[in-house]
Amino acid sequence: MIPELGQFSLVLAAVLSLLLGILPLWGTVRHNTTLQSLARPLALLQFVLVALSFACLAYAFLNNDFSVKYVADHSNSLLPKPYQFAAVWGGHEGSLLLWMLMLTGWAAAVALFSQSLPLAMVARVLGVLGLVTVGFMLFILFTSNPFDRLFPIPADGRDLNPLLQDPGLVIHPPMLYMGYVGMSVAFAFAIAALLSGRLDAAWARWSRPWTVIAWAFLTLGIGLGSWWAYYELGWGGWWFWDPVENASLMPWLVGTALIHSLMVTEKRGSFKAWTVLLAIAAFSLSLLGTFLVRSGVLTSVHAFATDPTRGVFILIFLAIVVGASLTLFAWRAPQVTLGGSMGLISRESFMLLNSVLLVVATGAVLLGTLYPLIIDALNLGKLSVGPPYFNLVFAPLMVPLLFILVPGTIARWREANITEMLTELRWVAAASVVLAIGLPFMWGPWSIGSALGIFLGMWVALGSLHNMVERLRKPGRIGGSFWGQHLAHFGLAVVVLGITGVKSYEVERDVRMSLGDTVTISPYTFRLVDMVDVNGPNYKATQAHVEVLKNDKLIHVLYPEKRRYFSSAMPMTEAAIRSSFLGDLYVSLGDPIAGDKPSWSMRVYHKPFVPWLWAGVLLMVAGGVVAAMDRRYRRRNLDAQLKTAGEAMSNAV
Amino acid sequence: MNWTPRRKRFALILGGLLVLAAAAAFVLNAFQSNLVFFFTPSQVLKGEAPVNKTFRIGGMVKTGSLQRDGTEVSFVVTDTAQDITVRYTGLLPDLFKEGKGVVAQGKINEQGVMVAAEVLAKHDENYMPPEAQHALDQAAKARAAQSVNP
Repeated sequence: MIPELGQFSLVLAAVLSLLLGILPLWGTVRHNTTLQSLARPLALLQFVLVALSFACLAYAFLNNDFSVKYVADHSNSLLPKPYQFAAVWGGHEGSLLLWMLMLTGWAAAVALFSQSLPLAMVARVLGVLGLVTVGFMLFILFTSNPFDRLFPIPADGRDLNPLLQDPGLVIHPPMLYMGYVGMSVAFAFAIAALLSGRLDAAWARWSRPWTVIAWAFLTLGIGLGSWWAYYELGWGGWWFWDPVENASLMPWLVGTALIHSLMVTEKRGSFKAWTVLLAIAAFSLSLLGTFLVRSGVLTSVHAFATDPTRGVFILIFLAIVVGASLTLFAWRAPQVTLGGSMGLISRESFMLLNSVLLVVATGAVLLGTLYPLIIDALNLGKLSVGPPYFNLVFAPLMVPLLFILVPGTIARWREANITEMLTELRWVAAASVVLAIGLPFMWGPWSIGSALGIFLGMWVALGSLHNMVERLRKPGRIGGSFWGQHLAHFGLAVVVLGITGVKSYEVERDVRMSLGDTVTISPYTFRLVDMVDVNGPNYKATQAHVEVLKNDKLIHVLYPEKRRYFSSAMPMTEAAIRSSFLGDLYVSLGDPIAGDKPSWSMRVYHKPFVPWLWAGVLLMVAGGVVAAMDRRYRRRNLDAQLKTAGEAMSNAV
Repeated sequence: MNWTPRRKRFALILGGLLVLAAAAAFVLNAFQSNLVFFFTPSQVLKGEAPVNKTFRIGGMVKTGSLQRDGTEVSFVVTDTAQDITVRYTGLLPDLFKEGKGVVAQGKINEQGVMVAAEVLAKHDENYMPPEAQHALDQAAKARAAQSVNP
């Protein structure tokens, strides 16, 4: 009964989203405020219905209702309760339902927190979100219904993939989806502005907090995914340039360009057309990411079952979204006036360079991700593009990007004074250079790569600190967007330093170990002292006890495991990691090796600075949240204020 | 020189295009040299695979072929028609099993043995890497063609 209720409310929500996609937009065409004012209640109601549907699926999982096919495929009565709940989004159908929950949730949030927006704008934004929702509703109901029943009813479920039985999985997909789907809000604002023909500073200001929050979620989602891969896959890697990772990185890169470009549009009224294109691109890349992950064209932990109709559906949806929005853009863009002029060296030109570099990086990732798929689809052979390509291309694009970040934050709008900037930054530059030359000696062999990485990290970190100190010395209230900006930049610097540290100084040893054997990664010595059998709730494991000694003193004991899950007989490496401020000690247990004396293959790592990656990501997320909470976004009657401000500005120019 | 707004704009656009062109050239060059092609064991033995260049092979791990010597392992990848021996140092992925699909990436040495830098098995026990499946399909097709035209 409960699954039918879930199904019913999902269908009802689909009908409401169709109404939401049609009535308010029609109301804006006919200047009918009654129809326009339907947008808010419809958006809220569809969210309530989708939430109810989601709750029904969760109920089916928690009560082991294996008559529902999706539950039978992704859960098991032995599965611990928290994972039974997380298993709701452990497969294709459920993750789409989660996606829907997020999408309607964003629409409901816009409906609730848009009191300062004119009604027509709310109607347009929610209408566009309604249309996007319709597309996904059709997708769910026709190709991926999570409530399909199964007959005969199996005695027990097939279980959740052991890789996904992990706290990281519980939070990674929801955060990533919040980010992906959040880009649809930026998209809806851009389309709404195009529809109204008013691409002005007010639009940019409305759009900014939503875009920044979506960006923060996307950042967190990507960071969590990386963290999960690092400790759960047992290979000690944190970024593999896997197509699925690329699928989330591309909207992030464009989203980053978008939040910077939106700033220029808000402050200076320029870059309007470019900002709209970035908003369309960010959402399209989110859809492309969904297509890549969900269609089965890629093979990864995210896509086991493949169903070509799903891929075709998303591809058609993507084509409609991109086609329609670009047509609208071509139709409306000529009416968009150019913004104020900009100097050769100015805040604007730094922002332009930021956009160009980020978009080129996105293009490079897109090429490397799609090319093998296209070649395969055309039957021209099978090939893959490995991490060397991405590393080779990405680094040279990020170096100038990080370099211009600091001058970009102090340059004046319109025309910057180079001498003034050089004077202001001379101490930051000098300190970064000294640290870049000196610090690498502390950890190991000096290399140009580590020096460059440290220079860029320090340059951005000290530059942000410099800005914050300078600002504190001046009077006046400091807005959230200022703190957010510098917090996020500082976080980026921490990530850069972390990447530099781990790339330059990580040590990996693959060894064969018997009881009592040791392996040394200076200054640490790892000793295998025991092997025991452990019983988990739904698995049996072999657990190694590895003592870690530093200067002959015992500092930790690590317990890596090799698990075998009852339901799937699938072995799983559970790495043991000891984190500290300066790095991780990481041990994963391999297979037993036959011989006179029992021994096992093991992989032992020293991974310096890995925790900095996660800390940096969290700082960036915090920066995004702080910036979006800035009070000025919540003032009423922004429209009137901004309009006059914007006009004064363009008159002045 | 006098920087009129028109000249400034022109310089900006020109500069932007130059940066873009340089970036594109660089990206495409890096792309070209980092493509990793895929071959079936049959193709490798026919000499279609490149020498001294990294490529991928795929197929099944031949039952009984896995040998360990410390952390060095060797196994045979077969597409049921032809076999290639693969040598690898390090931990094999969790789902590496005899009789299951596998993809290995590396270079072929003079003895015709692939020295793998990477061994990939996928994340699900019942899942066949598409490249491995492709290799088996190709070999089956070749056999079918042979039996039709003896």
